[in-house]
Amino acid sequence: MNKIYKYVLADIIRNRMILFYSLIMLALSLSVFSLEDIASKGVLSMLNLILMIVPLFCIIFSTIYMYQSSEFIELLISQPIQRKTICRGMFMGLISSLGLAFILGAGWVILVFEPNFVGVLLVICGLLLTFIFSAIALLSAVLFVDKAKGIGFSLLTWLFYSILFDGFVLFLIFQFSDYPIEKVMILISMINPIDLARIMILMQLDVSALMGYTGAIFKDFFGTMEGITISFSMLILWAIIPFLISARKFKSKDL
Amino acid sequence: MIKVQHICKRFGNSEVLKDISIEFKAGTCVALIGPNGSGKTTLLKSILQMVHVDSGDILVKGESILGHWEYRGLIGFMPQMTRYPENMTIKEVIAMMIDMRQNVPRLDEELIKNFQISGLYHKRMGTLSGGTRQKVGACLAFLFSPLVLILDEPTAGLDPLSAEILKQKIIKEKAKGKLIIISSHVLSELDELASEVVYMQEGSILFQKSMAELKSETHELKLSKILEKKILEV
Repeated sequence: MNKIYKYVLADIIRNRMILFYSLIMLALSLSVFSLEDIASKGVLSMLNLILMIVPLFCIIFSTIYMYQSSEFIELLISQPIQRKTICRGMFMGLISSLGLAFILGAGWVILVFEPNFVGVLLVICGLLLTFIFSAIALLSAVLFVDKAKGIGFSLLTWLFYSILFDGFVLFLIFQFSDYPIEKVMILISMINPIDLARIMILMQLDVSALMGYTGAIFKDFFGTMEGITISFSMLILWAIIPFLISARKFKSKDL
Repeated sequence: MIKVQHICKRFGNSEVLKDISIEFKAGTCVALIGPNGSGKTTLLKSILQMVHVDSGDILVKGESILGHWEYRGLIGFMPQMTRYPENMTIKEVIAMMIDMRQNVPRLDEELIKNFQISGLYHKRMGTLSGGTRQKVGACLAFLFSPLVLILDEPTAGLDPLSAEILKQKIIKEKAKGKLIIISSHVLSELDELASEVVYMQEGSILFQKSMAELKSETHELKLSKILEKKILEV
């Protein structure tokens, strides 16, 4: 077993920020589910919360943690340890502690109030988003030596995927509204992990009926087991690819 | 012990190491000196592959280090500044470093004892002063009784008493036939330690000479005086 992973995990778990994150998630999820009398409405509010908070916290926390550990990483590199072991250990430590914080804060509440397929899907999406945005954070910490640039890059990535991307999609829809772009929309949504997670969950709820023709096309794709499998693989790729790129870059990085 | 062959390194536009070749022999204590930004730390870091050289090769015990990492087990490194995971205690950090080695040689806990670190074992790294952290760094560098010790500004930030303890330890290890490379600006303390002087300037090595040679060439005893004369000469 990777020993660095063990120590990074132990270090992060004792971090106050992560405790705070877990408690906030717990308070929010408990209040969301106890305020809504219909559980599926609770899922919807929970979905919006998760899509907003989880990526933001994970990307900022992971980026800052990576920069904070830079001297520690330096120390590890001077030891007889392979660089890829260090990189893997850091990443695994980050995602398992953030994943654990998510499960303890929101995961179990969702499963208690919504013990069905949608609930499980929502928890898995939350976890995958945790992994994806930690991987992007790792990438920006490896790419930029300057802390301000790295955190800026992370923040911009988050801003792009959670806000700007939707504007871009809307623009596209208006410009090409005369053309049958519904199928293209499915492809475009694959580019944004947050949208992908959102659509996947929405398609499992009844609200998709309100989304018109596009909704029907989406339901045709994302509603099937096949569609879910494909979008899941996309989300997993979204976590793996940034990690692999950063592992490669880290190997030849000067410290 | 360590052979550096024609290494070059640039960071962006600046050439930090310009075709450096040098050999460090076992049983010597090398003082690496030179002005700020002359490439001392970069040279030390490239031996540990913390910095990847653009061209050239480095041999440790006759074998190229390119693509290898196991050789770092032979080297104890004390960096200029160290930070550790803030939430870990000193005891945990030391235990961690031991835990991460696959085959742990006999541990050398002399510095831990002499610095009286064990009294601070339960303190978290984040709460320690710079000097104490430096002491922990020294303890870790010596802990695995490595064949080579690379110390980058070891006494900067240490109180005089602790600096003396460290100095005695370095002398002791040198007597055991180890290779010790010290980069420092405090020439007075190098007087007692160094058996060889390497002077770097703007990424090149100006000279590499033994202390005895330098003393007879310049008729001076103090390193500061020797350097003054030597640099005027060059």
